[in-house]
Amino acid sequence: MRRTRGSRSAARRWRGHLYVLPALAVYLAFAVLPALRTAYLSLFDWDGVTLGRWVGLANYREVVVDPVLRRAVLNSLALVGFFSVLPVVLGLVATGLLAGHRRRGMAGYRFVLLLPQVVPLVAVGVTWRWLYGEDGLVNQALRAVGLAGVGRAWLGDFDAALVAVGLVGAWVSSGLCLMLLLSGVGRIDPSLYEAARLDGAGPVREFVSVTLPQLRGELAVALTVTTVAALAGFDLVYVTTNGGPGEQTTVPGLLIYRLAFSEGRVGLASALGVVLGCLVLALVAAVNRLSGAGR
Amino acid sequence: MNRVSAAERWSGHVLLAAGAIVVLVPLLSVVLASVQPAGTPVVGPAWPERWSWDNYRQAWSVAGFATLVRNSLVVALGVVPATLALSAAAGYALGAMRLPGGGAVAGFFVAGLTIPVELVVVPLHHDLRGLGLTNSYPALILAEIALFLPFGVFWMRAHFRATPPSLVEAARMDGASSGTILLRVLLPLAGPPLVTLGLLVFLWSWNQFLLVLVLIQDTARHTAPAGLGFFVGQNSTDVPTLAAGTVIVMLPLLVLFAVFQRGFVTGLLRGATRD
Repeated sequence: MRRTRGSRSAARRWRGHLYVLPALAVYLAFAVLPALRTAYLSLFDWDGVTLGRWVGLANYREVVVDPVLRRAVLNSLALVGFFSVLPVVLGLVATGLLAGHRRRGMAGYRFVLLLPQVVPLVAVGVTWRWLYGEDGLVNQALRAVGLAGVGRAWLGDFDAALVAVGLVGAWVSSGLCLMLLLSGVGRIDPSLYEAARLDGAGPVREFVSVTLPQLRGELAVALTVTTVAALAGFDLVYVTTNGGPGEQTTVPGLLIYRLAFSEGRVGLASALGVVLGCLVLALVAAVNRLSGAGR
Repeated sequence: MNRVSAAERWSGHVLLAAGAIVVLVPLLSVVLASVQPAGTPVVGPAWPERWSWDNYRQAWSVAGFATLVRNSLVVALGVVPATLALSAAAGYALGAMRLPGGGAVAGFFVAGLTIPVELVVVPLHHDLRGLGLTNSYPALILAEIALFLPFGVFWMRAHFRATPPSLVEAARMDGASSGTILLRVLLPLAGPPLVTLGLLVFLWSWNQFLLVLVLIQDTARHTAPAGLGFFVGQNSTDVPTLAAGTVIVMLPLLVLFAVFQRGFVTGLLRGATRD
């Protein structure tokens, strides 16, 4: 008697998986399997039409050796600095200065500072492409403050293009980082600050020994989200520079698109996709390891 | 909180206001450019001598942004309800029931949070082409749902885990089936997280670019951002029309953001585990 009831409830518990099944099926068919297929295709030399040829790891060797491909990977790491590290540092400085005090009009600031997260990156790119133009807003502003000599066609400039694209990324993610950190500061137990003050800590000590450690979770989230966005920075680069001038601003996403869909080098594109996927995984794991120790 | 001096308060406002200006100036200069009389060579931001809405008419009908916006809505209409339904069902089972192996399945979904679109586009294109499904919305919609499900399941599971088990127990005592419990007891209480998830999924679907470029070659069937990206390549000199098109592509999201501020902010800050 007891056993049948036990097995019946076990069966019922298994039946719960029926609720997961539809989601699992779509996820498997359209995300997991394609990801595995990419890994498989990366071992072939295939033009997308005729029969592919097994080449083992040769495509991966090319990703490392080929200067353009290597450049793309390095560029995307540089973009992580602009999309992720710079905004988080700016956010931390601002958080320190704002010191978590509630202010009137915070909702308004939050709305405005989160706007870049809501508008499509393509639209952001189109906008900045115009602002960065020869006579665009950026150069006009430089001229206004007497720095006309610095002005240039930013996105077409060999040395400045990557920085220019990177700064657009910083424009996109800084508001999000600040708001994440401020929401974290709001959750810090005020008694921690009182304790620090009783120990005679000044504002800087207070920030370093109370605020910073307490914000570990928010820092991890901010770094993770923006890093993923930076490594998958296809949209912005595609509309602003399309990788140029030369290959100065090429990113893996752009090359994957080009190699797979116009140059018929599907295997190489797949290898680059796998490398990008591993890079995302590695950086996300590193961020979470660094921050997760005390959580 | 009470030791904030006037100087401190003002310096904070100056800092936040400076940030707000940096965000707003680029967006506002596009809006200003879009109302310049057509044909004006607009180089930088300038106050228009007279406000002209012709560029919007031009972008909307001639440049085809009406079609693009409609296409985006069709895709979003396919993606959002399905993602909500699948996420709610899976999140319910993984969050409120004690499923054998449930933890592993949940972990399997969470692992998908790190899959970049770039990792899946190549086989999606080739395999779907083999099935004759490229250039069709169902394939694009399914691919988007699959990309958003890891977050959706994670989000709804977190919500259902936080609901008191006594609620489910009481309903079960009354003889309610698991389906009834979900539909009659839990979902009516899951309004806010569902709205937030719906807003985020709409946002991601609207903004999706690479997947659209790869799966839809017919430019007449592109979604709004893809069409904008294509339009830039074609006529980058017609600034007023381009600016109007840019505003048209941004506007639906800006309106949604303004109306559902709370839901969006919760989603962007709490749910910020996925781009």
